[in-house]
Amino acid sequence: MHFGEFVRRRHAAGALVVQPRMGFADPALMRAGLVATRGAAATTVGTITLDSFTRLGDPASATRALREGTELNGYPILSHALSATRRVLAGVHDGEFPVQVRHGSARPQDITRATVAAGLHATEGGPVSYCLPYGRTPLTEAVRNWRECCELLLGAAGEPHLETFGGCMMGQLCPPSQLVAISVLEAMFFQRHGIRSVSVSYAQQTHPAQDREAVAALRRLCAELLLGTDWHVVIYAYMGRFPRTADGARNLLARAAELAVSTGAQRLIVKTVAEAERIPTIAENVAALEHAAAAADRAFGTLAAGTLAGGIGAAEPDGGQVYREARALVDAVLDCAPDIGNALVRAFARGLLDIPYCLHPANAGRARGRLDADGRLGWADIGALPLAGVVGEIRGRTVSSSSFLSSLSYVRDTYDTAALTTGTLPALSAGHLVQTAERGDEHD
Amino acid sequence: MSALRAASYPGRTVIVSGLASDAHTWNLVYLQLLIEELGHDVVNLGPCVPADLLVASCDRHRPALVVLSSVNGHGYQEGLELIRTLRGTGLRDLPVVIGGQLGTRGGLSGRHIDDLLDAGFDAVFDDHADSTVLFRRFVAELAEGAPRALR
Ligand code: B12
Repeated sequence: MHFGEFVRRRHAAGALVVQPRMGFADPALMRAGLVATRGAAATTVGTITLDSFTRLGDPASATRALREGTELNGYPILSHALSATRRVLAGVHDGEFPVQVRHGSARPQDITRATVAAGLHATEGGPVSYCLPYGRTPLTEAVRNWRECCELLLGAAGEPHLETFGGCMMGQLCPPSQLVAISVLEAMFFQRHGIRSVSVSYAQQTHPAQDREAVAALRRLCAELLLGTDWHVVIYAYMGRFPRTADGARNLLARAAELAVSTGAQRLIVKTVAEAERIPTIAENVAALEHAAAAADRAFGTLAAGTLAGGIGAAEPDGGQVYREARALVDAVLDCAPDIGNALVRAFARGLLDIPYCLHPANAGRARGRLDADGRLGWADIGALPLAGVVGEIRGRTVSSSSFLSSLSYVRDTYDTAALTTGTLPALSAGHLVQTAERGDEHD
Repeated sequence: MSALRAASYPGRTVIVSGLASDAHTWNLVYLQLLIEELGHDVVNLGPCVPADLLVASCDRHRPALVVLSSVNGHGYQEGLELIRTLRGTGLRDLPVVIGGQLGTRGGLSGRHIDDLLDAGFDAVFDDHADSTVLFRRFVAELAEGAPRALR
C-alpha cells in the first residue's frame, strides 16, 4: 500500500493516522525511532526528518558533524551511504508502515534522488512553503527546482505522494485564509506536474472554532479544485512557540487531535513535550503519538456523527469568512498566469500573496496578522492582498518587541497558565531525571 | 579594549544575522525590534547567512555590534567556525555576540560556552530566562563604551 492509500484506508477504518517529526543523525538511532514509531499504540506512519545542513545544500558540514560527533538536528541522508539508509529502513518500512521524508529544502533535487534511491516515495514540500520560510533561495529558482522534484518522483518506481507544507507558512501570525490558499495552490502545482496523490496541510492556530472553519474551507476548495487527484488533509499540531509545561504541551496536542477528528482530517503530525526546548527523544515522540491517538479515539467516540465532517463555516451558504478570503486569494493567483508556478511568482511580486513577518526578498512584507481579544487571528494590515471588501474590520496597531513576543507567546501562555492553575502539573523533577538517563542511553 | 572597540566601530548600527544553516526568523525580527528600542539602527541580514555575506556587510556598515542568533541546534558548531573566520579576516576588534538555542539537547554545557568565548565571541546568551535582560545590559554598556564579558 502506498502512502496516500494507507492513510485513506486507515482513516476509513476509524483511525486518525498520527506521525512524528523525527530525525536523528545516527542511522542506528534513526532506525530505532522508526521501529518505535511503528510499535506505538497508535495508527502511525514513519518520518525521516533531515538536518538543516543537508537542507541548505551543505552536506559537507553534516559529514563533518558526524565525524566530530557534534549533534545534528536531523538525519543527513546525503552524508550516509545509500546502503546505510537502506539498512535503516529494511524490515521496518513496508506496505503496513509507509515512511515519509521531510526536509524543508528549496533545492530538493539531490535529496529527492536519495529518497527514491532508498525506496521511499512519500515526501513533503512545495515551491512556496519550502522556500519563503526556509532561507534565501529566490522563489523563481524554487519553482524550477520543485518542478524538477516532481519529475524525479514520477521517474522512480512506486506511487509518489507529496504533502504541501503550505498550511504552516512560518508557523504563526498568518491568518488562516492565506494558509488555506497556499496549501491548495501548492497541491494544484503538484497535480499539474503529474503527482496523483497529495495531502494538503493546515497548522493549528490560535482559536479552535476558527481552525475548524479553516479546515472546512480547505476541504471545500480541494473538492472544487483538485478533481481527479487522491487527496487527504493533514493537521499539524501548533507550529509556533510551544508551551513549556508538559501538561500544557500535551493539552495543546490533544486539541490538535480533536481538530483533526472534528474536521474529518485523516492524518496528524504531533509535537512533543520537548518542543519548546530541544530535539525530542524517541520515547518523547512515542508518548506524543500515543497521547494524540488516545485523544483522537475519545474525540471519535464523543463527537456526534453529524458534526464530524465539517466545521462552522461549512454550514454557511457562502462557506464562511475563511473560505471567502481563501477563495479570493486563490482566484487572484490563478488569474496571474496560466502556469501555476509562474502565477505564484507573479502573485508574490504583486503582493497578492504576502506572508506576515516573512523576511524573504520575494515577499512584499506589508501584510500583518494580529490576535483579537478572543484569540482569533485576523488582519492588522492587508497590504496589496486582494481582500479589500472581503475582510471586515482591519485594525492596525504599533508593534514593540514585547507586544510582538506576547503575540507569539499567546498559545504558550494560555496552555501553560491553564496547566499551572489546574494543578495537574506532572512530577517535573522525577520526569526530568528519567529523561536524562534515557537520553544518555539513546545517544550512546 | 572596549574603548578601542568603540573607537574602531563608532556607528550606532547593529547587524542582526542568522547562521548559514538556520532558517528561523522570528528570533531575528524580535531582536531587531528590541535593539531598535535601545536606540540603534539595525541591519537585519535575515536567515541562512553565509560567512562572506556577513563579512561584506560588516565592511559596508561598520557596525558597533554584530548579534548572531541561532535556534536550530547547530549554533555551537556553526558559531565556532564563523567566529574563527570573522576574527581571521581582520575583524578582530568588532564586538560579536551569539545567542539562542545553540545545541540540540537544551542548554549548552559550560565547556561548550567556554569554547565559543575562547574562539572570540564577546558574549554568549544561550537560551535561559535572563538572556534578554543580560543582553540589554550588554548593549547599554557597549553604548557607554564599557561592555563586560558576559555569558
Ligand atoms: C516557528 C518554528 C519553526 C518555523 C520557522 C519559520 C521561520 N522562518 O522563522 C519552521 C516551521 C519553518 C521551522 C523549521 C525548523 N525548525 Co523550528 N521551531 C519553530 C518553533 C516552534 C518556534 C520558534 C519561534 O517562533 N520563536 C520565536 C522567537 C521570538 O523566540 P525564540 O526563537 O525562542 O528566541 C528567544 C530566545 O531564544 C532568545 N534569543 C534567540 N536568539 C537570540 C540571540 C541573542 C543574542 C539573545 C540575547 C537572545 C536570543 O530571544 C527570543 C525571545 O526570548 C520552535 C520551538 C519553540 N520555541 O516552541 C522550533 C525549533 C526552534 N525548531 C527546531 C528545528 C530543529 C527546526 C528544523 C531544523 C526542523 C526540524 N528538524 O525539526 C527546521 C529548520 C530548518 C533550518 N534550516 O534551520 C528546533 C530546534 C532544536 C534545538 N535547538 O535543539 C525547535 C526548538 C523545535 C524542536 N524542539 O525540535 N521551525
